[in-house]
Amino acid sequence: MELRLATHKQFGAFSLDLDLVIQGEACGIFGPSGSGKSTLVSLVSGLLRPDRGSILLDGTPLFDSGSQIDVAPNRRRIGIVFQQPSLFPHLSVRGNLLYGLKRCAPEHRRIEMDSLVRVLQLEPLLERGVNNLSGGERQRVAIGRAVLSNPRLLLMDEPLSALDDHLRFQIISHLKAVCREFRIPFLFISHSMLEMRLMTDQVIALAGGRVAAQTTTERLARERMGLSPVGYINLLRLEDMRLEGGASVYRWAGGELVLPGGEREASGGLFELSSKDIILFKRHPEAISARNLLACTVVSLFESGSRMGVELASGGGRLIAEIVPAAARDLEIVPGSTLFAAIKASAFRRLAVPGPGAALPEPERAG
Amino acid sequence: MPAFSPAEYSAILLSLKVSLVATLISLPFGFLAAYFLSYGRFRGRLALDVLVNLPLTLPPVVIGYLLLLLLGRHGWLGRTLAALGVSVLFTWKAAVIATAVVGFPLMVRAIRVGMEAIDPRLIQASRALGAGPVDCLLTVILPLSARGLVAGSVLMFARGLGEFGATIIVAGNIPGVTQTIPLAIYDYASSPGGDPMALALCLVSIVLSVAVLLIHEQLGRRMTRLD
Repeated sequence: MELRLATHKQFGAFSLDLDLVIQGEACGIFGPSGSGKSTLVSLVSGLLRPDRGSILLDGTPLFDSGSQIDVAPNRRRIGIVFQQPSLFPHLSVRGNLLYGLKRCAPEHRRIEMDSLVRVLQLEPLLERGVNNLSGGERQRVAIGRAVLSNPRLLLMDEPLSALDDHLRFQIISHLKAVCREFRIPFLFISHSMLEMRLMTDQVIALAGGRVAAQTTTERLARERMGLSPVGYINLLRLEDMRLEGGASVYRWAGGELVLPGGEREASGGLFELSSKDIILFKRHPEAISARNLLACTVVSLFESGSRMGVELASGGGRLIAEIVPAAARDLEIVPGSTLFAAIKASAFRRLAVPGPGAALPEPERAG
Repeated sequence: MPAFSPAEYSAILLSLKVSLVATLISLPFGFLAAYFLSYGRFRGRLALDVLVNLPLTLPPVVIGYLLLLLLGRHGWLGRTLAALGVSVLFTWKAAVIATAVVGFPLMVRAIRVGMEAIDPRLIQASRALGAGPVDCLLTVILPLSARGLVAGSVLMFARGLGEFGATIIVAGNIPGVTQTIPLAIYDYASSPGGDPMALALCLVSIVLSVAVLLIHEQLGRRMTRLD
């Protein structure tokens, strides 16, 4: 997929000026609210008309003010998943799913109803009315409906923002499953760094209606560490839980991590750990209340705002801790140094439990 | 209560018939007018809005008189119809036209209220899924306007039962031909000894109006349940 955008759109005092080229199968559009993310979705899908400029998808113009081309939204073959599911209330789940498929020319039909229903596990919902579905079920139907229209490009405009945390990670798994299975290129729009890292490894950051950066998700997350009140979020996949002395012990990257006991019956899952919750020691601290002490090697150091990020390798895993630059000097931390990282058992937060059938969202790694 | 003669029965039936036909004929036009006023972006939208709503504020007699000029032998519509061998004035068809024009704004308003309550994202979703504007109108906007269409029809039907001012000018007050309930009441009320009959017809009017309102209520409730 290659999307070229050079557009100008004015709304009163706010102007959106975009000049960008997106290549690859997945790209994130990241930015705070008011940065122009949703406007970009409307421009690409044809629901909104740029004042001037051009939009090209895989070399064919969707809009060009110079040669007066403006392809109608229904002819662009661009699917949208909105923040709200926006299902047709007068149609059943099946009716909603088929709406786009029926309107797709036979030569473009690649994805059929049966395979989609299987991937999104929609079979039990098909004959139901859309008003008796739960929030997560509705969003799954909305994703299915957009995918079944066999789009050339799928735009996901904050598709997870209206869901609670638990559902959010389930839906991420479903989104990734359909896009992988049916090879649909997508743009994922979100203001959440965490969602972004789970969905894509390429990202365009928007700010005030301009492109602020086009980079990898990992690099953007590191750059934002010093600005964000929660720091950098380490995503850890913990496995094989066993109870030991009232605590839960998980396997991680060849070692073990201790979390508070009384966890759910789930044996593993995806957990987050803030860079602020890791304390570094130069030498092995003899007595310490933190339950986790990992021997680490410093892989790299990076600056982010007034902070210093330390990338650590421990066993087969990577962690990012943040310290103030003075601490880096005092402890003489340089790439290759060995350190001990202490993490309190309660610093980990569970993000997702592996659901029945749905795989855990796997964080995207920047290549 | 005095016994009704065939003339009164025919007035009651004619009222129902005129109102029903006027409502049914107006329905597609009312739906389109509401659509253009709600979603259209074109020059002259304000003019259309004013034109559609004008009968709401104009005296019905003025509408009747303008229709008389339009449909008369020298009016351009009257001339065209006469050439086709159709005469409208002073027939029940004229009553239908008068009723349709006077009730039209009520119908359009009610449909618009329903239409503008449709979540705009549903329309955007249908467009992105491949539906053209007409397709979207028929498969999303029309079914989701059902409640407004019912409300508008009931309102217009009820209003039509009471139409007087425009009707008496274009259709006259011919018993058995163009005399509807309000015109019959007018006749009895202005003739000596006609009071009991006028009152009886008033009672019929009240019964019909209450029935229409009850049906409206019932339909509304059923549609809410379906949602």
